[in-house]
Amino acid sequence: MHDMPGHDYHIDIPGTTIFDGKMAMKGYALNKMCYSFNKAVNRDAFRDDPETYMNDYNLTEAQKDAIRSSNILAMIEEGGNIYYLAKLAGIFKLGVQDVGGLQTGRTTEEFKEFLLSQA
Amino acid sequence: MAKILGGITTSHIPAVGNAIQQELYDDPYWKPFFDGYPKVHEWIKANKPDYVVNIYNDHGLGFFLDQMPTFAIGAAHEYKNEDEGWGLPELPPFPGAPELSWHIIESMVADEFDITSCQELPVDHGFVVPMQLFWPGAPNNPDMPRAVPISANTVQHPIPTLKRALNFGKALRKAIESFPEDAKVVVLGTGGLSHQLDGERAGFINKEFDEYCLNNIAHNPEELTKITRMELVEKAGAQGTEFLMWMMMRGALGDNVTELTRNYHIPISNTGAGTLLLECA
Repeated sequence: MHDMPGHDYHIDIPGTTIFDGKMAMKGYALNKMCYSFNKAVNRDAFRDDPETYMNDYNLTEAQKDAIRSSNILAMIEEGGNIYYLAKLAGIFKLGVQDVGGLQTGRTTEEFKEFLLSQA
Repeated sequence: MAKILGGITTSHIPAVGNAIQQELYDDPYWKPFFDGYPKVHEWIKANKPDYVVNIYNDHGLGFFLDQMPTFAIGAAHEYKNEDEGWGLPELPPFPGAPELSWHIIESMVADEFDITSCQELPVDHGFVVPMQLFWPGAPNNPDMPRAVPISANTVQHPIPTLKRALNFGKALRKAIESFPEDAKVVVLGTGGLSHQLDGERAGFINKEFDEYCLNNIAHNPEELTKITRMELVEKAGAQGTEFLMWMMMRGALGDNVTELTRNYHIPISNTGAGTLLLECA
């Protein structure tokens, strides 16, 4: 099994994106915006006018569309890192089980049952 | 000279912080998790460490992707938690130990570990939740030791190898044991065990792999260094890479340890939650 740090040496793990340099570059604007949500004043500004806020951080159209449609898998595809995206999810009062459900086509309750099933 | 008493590991899930705030210790969901801690409390009460070296991973509060240190060591007089984006309560500051921090930084760099030193470092749930679990009421606990935070990068690949993490811990042991003060030190390794928050594989937990790690870390940590980083992602989940903190802690404990208590429970939030207390010989 390869264990190389370069872009092309990651193994394929189904349903898993390796957040490496390539993804970090692709998602930089999106993650930088989400990092700003550590501060309540920035969360309020996003809530008041998301389009202006996304423009201020120079998000790509694909990143904006992913946010407009609350499509978490698309946010990850566009370079979003889950630790920063969690701060965006917080604005919408979504917890990690809600986010898990949204990504796996389950309701939050079904997702919690799935977690329990692995005990 | 300073002496390392032992090491304690725990998961550091944000939801635990909420459960502590709401005192859900006897709640049926939380009880099997919180039942893992009274023995740790007794050990801390009996041994009263003067310093705690808290090895955790920042999750996007102290560091952003603009500058991402692989290994960062706090060297501040105090450490504050701050809003991480979902409005968790802010606590009074945790007292720091800058003289021990700089001693460790000097020793680690002399030992060829390149360190980012941080005179200011906001600490997130990865640092705070374990403190609250081990010293109830933290930082307002009369036995609260002064803290040295150490954060390793697991946000962005390339992350350190398991071998590097274990060797970091060995160098950390050398650093602490050469600190010229008769002080007692406890080392924490926080995070893990298996979990994945992102992607179609979100919710992945791997009991078999977690048990393999728990069964080997005390007496056979070198075996775990054979796990490649991609295997770690595959078997522990994308965020299960936090197991690196456990390896760093283990390296600091020397060859001979006694396992005093162990707890493992699925699920807490999205995670296989593990707790270990290892006492040094």
